[in-house]
Amino acid sequence: MRVVILGATKGIGRAVGRSLAGRGDALVILGRDPEDLERSARDLEARKRGDDGNPVGTAFCDLADRSSFAPALSSALEQLGGIDVIVVTAGAFAPQADLEGDPALAERVLDTNFTATVLFLEAARKLLLSLGGGTICALSSVAGERGRKPVVLYGASKAGLTRYLEGLDHKFHDQGLTVVTVKPGFVRTGMTAGLPAPPFAGDPELVARDIVRAIDWGRAEIYTPWPWR
Amino acid sequence: MRPTGEALSGWGGVSVPGREILSEDLSAASSGQPLTRGLGRAYGDAALPPPDRSTVAGSRLADRVLAFDSVSGRFKAEAGLSLRDMNALFLPRGWFTPVTPGTQFVTLGGMVAADVHGKNHHVAGTIGRHVNALTLRLASGETIRCSGDERADLFRATLGGMGLTGHILEVEMSLERVQSPWIESESVRIGDLEELLAALEESSRDWPFTAVWADLMAPMGRMGRGILFRGRWARAKDAPPEPPRQKRIFEVPVTAPNWLLASPLVRCFNWVNYRKHVPRQKSGIVHPDEFFYPLDSVGHWNRLYGKRGFTQYQCVLPRKAGRVAAREFLIALKRRGGNCYLAVIKDCGPEGDGILSFPRPGISLALDLPVGPGTQDLVDHLNERLIGYGGRIYLAKDAFTREPDFRAMEARLAHFLEVRRKYDPERRLHSALSVRLLGDRK
Repeated sequence: MRVVILGATKGIGRAVGRSLAGRGDALVILGRDPEDLERSARDLEARKRGDDGNPVGTAFCDLADRSSFAPALSSALEQLGGIDVIVVTAGAFAPQADLEGDPALAERVLDTNFTATVLFLEAARKLLLSLGGGTICALSSVAGERGRKPVVLYGASKAGLTRYLEGLDHKFHDQGLTVVTVKPGFVRTGMTAGLPAPPFAGDPELVARDIVRAIDWGRAEIYTPWPWR
Repeated sequence: MRPTGEALSGWGGVSVPGREILSEDLSAASSGQPLTRGLGRAYGDAALPPPDRSTVAGSRLADRVLAFDSVSGRFKAEAGLSLRDMNALFLPRGWFTPVTPGTQFVTLGGMVAADVHGKNHHVAGTIGRHVNALTLRLASGETIRCSGDERADLFRATLGGMGLTGHILEVEMSLERVQSPWIESESVRIGDLEELLAALEESSRDWPFTAVWADLMAPMGRMGRGILFRGRWARAKDAPPEPPRQKRIFEVPVTAPNWLLASPLVRCFNWVNYRKHVPRQKSGIVHPDEFFYPLDSVGHWNRLYGKRGFTQYQCVLPRKAGRVAAREFLIALKRRGGNCYLAVIKDCGPEGDGILSFPRPGISLALDLPVGPGTQDLVDHLNERLIGYGGRIYLAKDAFTREPDFRAMEARLAHFLEVRRKYDPERRLHSALSVRLLGDRK
């Protein structure tokens, strides 16, 4: 499988990348820090099953810079010779109190998780449809399921993303586009470090295993870890 | 990056108020922090914040493999990579760490900071012998590389320096090619301590991996009976064709009540463990986890000790003190009422390059003791004897040694402090251990 991942240098994205590399999938990872991308690419190469010697590709892509989307996807297509799956795990999080006290931070989180991600996925959707179809897998959140006091703004941004992904699935499924919406619960990553972990908090490796299975099976929606459903 | 939790503890249960600053970017996470902590397997207070600080950097999310040469075995990774992850990746390909401690739940950075040793110390030395270079973030904030040729003083101080010379960000080392990923193992039940120690010494001549489990809970006459374990990597033709699968881990879900692991039960367990080793000598091809990491099969086994916790008193008795010293030492432990639930004895080879590296030629005794009102007195007494024999304690395990005793047993300390002064004159990097043993600010 030929897979492009935006957000593979950290957290759940890193674990998804490792899971795919471990079974020998071809990868290109997108991100905004070239040095960080290279380090993650070397890590994924070392974890590839069978040591096939094929490099893991990288390309610059920054959700804060819309102009980077198309060149990044073109570069990934060129490096892989085709694309089967595009995964987006990149996102932003801040506690509700921080967001309420800092409008600039709130704008950044809302923009990253909704507007920028949707625009990137629009570019990804167009590319995959031009190639005859493929799978889009994006991380939304259980926080987008209903309004809750600790995640009013973050949850709203993810709720918007969930609805977009749902619509994308309805509209383009018949044209060969599979959309997988992932709704993680609390996962212990660098992004959530410092927050009190609730019961059923998950580890990135197990969440990644669920995500890869959902991609393989073409599931429209998954909750992971499962008790968060 | 935000702090996590409200208390940090060592593996033995020593707990202090504190939080970890966790991030995939260890360089950023360690900025301004007094110490970096890996997977928290130091038994005592080596990975705990000093009293004047409430946070330490946590390395475990910085776990990327940065390079691996499948011809030479040269390997580079971020310091938070766990040994379990590394073994899972490289053992099926025929490569293994040249030195492994008794648990896989340690990070590369932690292995370097403690300059860990294993069952093969008599032939392979400590991990430091196989480390080619380190990337450190100094107290000044500067990121530098050091090795045996480049800033050699800092490199040597960092091997076994318990994280007090710089935040270890990356480790470059050489892996060892193994004939197969399985272990050819032998174990022998021996009824007498003297005989057991002699067999350990003799086995070390022919076997790369040797260790002894001794029953110190047995009545005085039979105290020290035990089982000698020895092993080597199995030859490909003798090993199963498929690589070993990672073993399932059974978790101890909660801290047990203190009475659960009471002396009579442990005495009984040890008796069964000794008696069930039938025939007297056994051999076979075994899973490497079973051989190297028997305790890892029970997750959070430290919880079995209850809220009181436990300490491991690990020391090395110099070769010149002889086996008699080991016997005297263990008898003294027993006479002072020390209930040693688990005792592991190993043979140590030549001293490593690390300035404060633990092993030296002689016998290493690792003694697990439940913590109680008499623990401090017991450790003081054992240290007094240890100083008399010219031995030393292992900082990765220690929680009770006092500063004057440490100074008396550690002639190399002045050299370590001199290097530390050069790179961190204000002792900005410090820990609960360095406050206790090196007189750092509280």
